[in-house]
Amino acid sequence: MTKSPKLFAGSRRQFIGSASATFALASAGLSIPHIAKAASAVKIGLIHPATGWAAYPAAQLRYGAQLAIADVNAAGGIKSMGGAPVEAILGDSQAKPEIGAAEVEKMNEAGVNAIQGCYQSAVGLAASATAAKYNIPFSVDVGVSDKLVQRDLPNVFRMADGYGRIASDASVNLAEINKAAGSPAKTVAIVHEESEFGTGTAKLVTEALAKHGLTVIETIKHANPTRNFDNIALRLKAAKPDIIMPINYPGEYVLLAKTLRQQRVDFMASYSVLGGGFNFKFVEEMPQIAENMIDVNHWYDPSSASGQAMRTRTEADGKYFTFEVYCAYMSILFLVDGFERAGSTDNDAVNAALASSTLNVDFMPYGPTKMVNGQNMGSRAVAIQAQKGDVEVIAPASYASASAIFPRS
Amino acid sequence: MFLEVLSLFPAGIINGLMFGAIYALVALGLTLIYGVLHIINFAHGAMLMLAMYMAYFLFKILNIDPYVAILIVTPAGFVFGYTIYRWGIGKLSGGRDQNILLITLGLSIILENSALVFFTGDQQTISLAYSYEAFDLGFLYLSYPKVISFVASLAICLLLWMLMTLTDLGKAIRAVAKQREGARLVGIDVEHVFAVTFGIGVACLGAAGCMLLPIFYVDPYTGNIFVIVAFTIVVLGGMGSIVGALLGGFIIGITESVGGLILGESLGQVGISLIFILILIFRPTGIFGSKV
Repeated sequence: MTKSPKLFAGSRRQFIGSASATFALASAGLSIPHIAKAASAVKIGLIHPATGWAAYPAAQLRYGAQLAIADVNAAGGIKSMGGAPVEAILGDSQAKPEIGAAEVEKMNEAGVNAIQGCYQSAVGLAASATAAKYNIPFSVDVGVSDKLVQRDLPNVFRMADGYGRIASDASVNLAEINKAAGSPAKTVAIVHEESEFGTGTAKLVTEALAKHGLTVIETIKHANPTRNFDNIALRLKAAKPDIIMPINYPGEYVLLAKTLRQQRVDFMASYSVLGGGFNFKFVEEMPQIAENMIDVNHWYDPSSASGQAMRTRTEADGKYFTFEVYCAYMSILFLVDGFERAGSTDNDAVNAALASSTLNVDFMPYGPTKMVNGQNMGSRAVAIQAQKGDVEVIAPASYASASAIFPRS
Repeated sequence: MFLEVLSLFPAGIINGLMFGAIYALVALGLTLIYGVLHIINFAHGAMLMLAMYMAYFLFKILNIDPYVAILIVTPAGFVFGYTIYRWGIGKLSGGRDQNILLITLGLSIILENSALVFFTGDQQTISLAYSYEAFDLGFLYLSYPKVISFVASLAICLLLWMLMTLTDLGKAIRAVAKQREGARLVGIDVEHVFAVTFGIGVACLGAAGCMLLPIFYVDPYTGNIFVIVAFTIVVLGGMGSIVGALLGGFIIGITESVGGLILGESLGQVGISLIFILILIFRPTGIFGSKV
């Protein structure tokens, strides 16, 4: 005769003891369901254009996010949830809004507790709206459209800056740099890509520059991808602007810079806003073109020890320390801090915790987080310039590591 | 404003011709494969991307100039194309055209994703010592890389035309294109000719990849940017026509360039789609609608 399997292998006395202890813990406020949740991982969905034309920035974003997740787990996970580890669920938007939205649906089915994404504003708009249906906390990594945080969606947050304030800051910085040089620049030509990012930023910058006495005399929109920038260079040559302002993605940014040199276009400065191709790689590989080019972008605080340490780690991993890396890292820290303070994965509790975040990310020039309608009001872009093969922060003065070289030498 | 745009027309036309020649080279492989095998090679873009990466690594690792690398990448393209058709596509398809379409589509997915894994999505560009040297035409600087690419593209088109019209191999290819069974009956190894044709098509991409690298960037999806244009050129020039591919390349290059000047660089590419639609409506066989 076989014995029936026992659910509890100990003696009756032990069973009564354990049950009593459990009851006592529950009475003390540590509910059993809560303990059960603490043992399971917190799932964060990462939605990026892993395949398609934006695969490189996507890979950088994934790297930054996964670096942060590894660090959080190495430090003991989410402590208020019993050391719950964070698990990344990867999604590929293929650079398409509808696919990004579909990825959110799949992740919801998979039980994600929060989502980070999506690099492109257009994809972020679709994905975050879908996440709003389920009230899933959604942290925008680097999408700059302000529409992302202007739809009264209580689940959508952005730590980095949006194009409204970036356009304003870029204009202020340019005006100050120009003034310090004796105001030689009067005119600007904008070359921007055709999507929400480029078009929206160009419109805002045009309005902001006018307030500082700088006139936009030419605005040229181009497709993604653009195979040949010769005609654009010729139009710029004919317009003779003092400043050329590219607002585009990496491939086109570099092609435009190369073509301007090939066509001998004369200008005082290339002053890009969110120039996708301006990074350490560009400065290292094409120093003769990059030298003295200026960009206004998300950038880490070079004076912070943690920022320098992250740069060293990233480069040791064979990667360039692009803004995607630390923006994604910051975005994960923000979500984890929300879970930590909420003490649970309940969407309402996490969203409330995120909305009241005061997280101070010391490797960014932001200060303590202050969310207003999902936007971190402490965030700011900085002006950076390629100088002698490196990238220096030239404005604002509080974070500057070097003085601006303007007009370019 | 109008006068300003008008003054840029000569430069726009020359720019269009420069790029059109490279477009033609990409289209040449496509049209040749279609003309003989009667299939569209959906892996054309992925193979162009591979050629660009090969040229890129030859430059980065061995410091071989991309234009010199044509002598390496083009034969390598032929060997790759021949091998993959003879012992891959040809065998797996079982002689059914729809199978070949699916196989080339699958091949493109494999190649692109392999490139993404091994080369990452990072866009790679190169700068040559003479990248910024240029001929001064007064109204336009013609960079050395663009001029070299233009001349080399024309030379390759001419060589291919000579191969097709003056050699026994060319006659065999044309015979297979016109009457497959008849060619087999007179002793032509049809499978070999298919593989050779596929190989020549990929070899054209090898040359095109070397010429594109100095003036564009390469990432796992770059090939598709040019192949979309190449499809239009093939339809415009006439499927299977070498002269048609060259002329189509020039027409599309100029349309894109001048269209950009008139309608703006964003809308200017509408001209390419417009030509595609008009050709399909009024002359579906293309300008030189003959087989190879």
